Amino acid sequence: MEAVFLAFVLMLSIFLGFELISKVPATLHTPLMSGANAISGITLVGAITSAGGGASDMATILGSLAVAFATINVIGGYMVTNRMLSMFKKKDSGDQAGGKS
Amino acid sequence: MSLELINLWYIVSAALFIFGLKQLGSPATAVRGNQLSAIAMFIAIVATLFSHEILEFQWIVASVAVGGLVGAFAAQRIAMTSMPEMVALFNGSGGLASLLVGWAALYMGTVQTEVAGLVMETAAVSTFTVITILLSILIGGVTFSGSIIAWGKLSEIMTSSAIVFGAQRIVNALILLALIACGVLFTMEPSLASPYLYAVVGLSLLFGIMAVIPIGGADMPVVISLLNSYSGLAACAAGFAINNNILIVAGSLVGAAGIILTNIMCKAMNRSLANVLFSGFGAVKTASKVEGEVKPINTEDAYLILEAASSVTFVPGYGMAVAQAQHVVRELGELLEENGADVTYAIHPVAGRMPGHMNVLLAEANVPYDQLVEMDEINPRIDNIDVAVVIGANDVVNPAAREDENSPIYGMPIINVDSAQTVFVLKRSMASGFSGVDNPLFFGENTRMLFGDAKESISSVIAEFKG
Repeated sequence: MEAVFLAFVLMLSIFLGFELISKVPATLHTPLMSGANAISGITLVGAITSAGGGASDMATILGSLAVAFATINVIGGYMVTNRMLSMFKKKDSGDQAGGKS
Repeated sequence: MSLELINLWYIVSAALFIFGLKQLGSPATAVRGNQLSAIAMFIAIVATLFSHEILEFQWIVASVAVGGLVGAFAAQRIAMTSMPEMVALFNGSGGLASLLVGWAALYMGTVQTEVAGLVMETAAVSTFTVITILLSILIGGVTFSGSIIAWGKLSEIMTSSAIVFGAQRIVNALILLALIACGVLFTMEPSLASPYLYAVVGLSLLFGIMAVIPIGGADMPVVISLLNSYSGLAACAAGFAINNNILIVAGSLVGAAGIILTNIMCKAMNRSLANVLFSGFGAVKTASKVEGEVKPINTEDAYLILEAASSVTFVPGYGMAVAQAQHVVRELGELLEENGADVTYAIHPVAGRMPGHMNVLLAEANVPYDQLVEMDEINPRIDNIDVAVVIGANDVVNPAAREDENSPIYGMPIINVDSAQTVFVLKRSMASGFSGVDNPLFFGENTRMLFGDAKESISSVIAEFKG
């Protein structure tokens, strides 16, 4: 039953994802991708459970490695997306913040 | 915190992820959207940390510190031109994390059984869970090694052209069969010391490599989007493996996002996904040879034409990123505007090496996003444009895509710069573009070639303007 319930969640989220993203303008494709990429770092939540569960040494080792890599994905992904987005400006918005070359 | 309470927080987090993604859809709200999504992530992580199941914190803290430092450092330092490589690497590390989470899930509960006098440790998980674990190892592994190869191609550490060899499809099919066989054998007896487990890990990584090497550099936007989608699906599979619904929700949102982008990229090249994945670019057909006279122009004359123009559109391509010309392009654009011209930047969906690559570079150079126009918007009015300036773009403005049925890129929608009053093509030399296809645009009646480094050429035009 648990599996069926999870599959249900999966089905709804995929449809929701399609609805949410199909209208994104081309200008934002890169930030959308890196922002979505950061979200895929959600696997960090699973990694934490393995790393801290104390089930066995192997689980702790694999889990800790997973935590490190997922954190790179999460922190790096959000920061780089933020850096990119802060460069997108409308005409005459004036502020010159963000983005070094 | 009890499991119910944690799941309540996961609901909050899922809602914020959804709001965040929604707001990422418009330039005005995108920054806030990204922040909302970061808050969602933070909530999910903190809620998990409060779980009863977490007994030890030292390894988590150490790993988060290491990963956070590496991620933050990379995100701060990376140049905007290298963004595709960075996204590929982040993607890869996400994939690897999912692989490891899946693998670790096998060790979360074990039973010892004695078979014929030998003590064997097997995973105490249901067959369904074993299958989802294998899936997260497979998808995670393919994402990881595929992203590393994509990174290698993008940063030109390895050749960015398609690597194809005769028996490639057979080899790939064999790898896939071996993967399935090892998966089935492992599922039947999920022993932790099983060689089949290691075989699945190894084969998944190999499969990722084999899947990306035959894809040429011009097709990279498709690959990057697809790998992005995989990284979400890997998280999703890991969610099934450890029975965690926030992983499934967030993972499938990313999976859907990646698939949509992949689809947009494929459409923009008029190719099916299968065609991109399984055939090297331009491997079979040979286009008709283009002949004609090239008309070069010097910067003084270019200046005179631009000075008289009342509408100018810039058409950037990957070459602009290579030449780092985005800042001088913006400067020239501003001068033209002061001169009374209407300035736009026409961007083809697959210009550059990832979706929206050119938009980011121009945004970095402070070009306002309302000046960036999409292909479908510029094409109907391109014959009213006085000057179209093509900077480091080739295939996306190649009229052969429209006219020459033998061309490998035939059918791909292009920006019809050849219909503009005058076309300037900034080009280093007469070598053909990434796909190795001849470009009849260069021989067009209204085309003027401005040879040399794009950045230097534009700088000299700017000097003419100022001088």
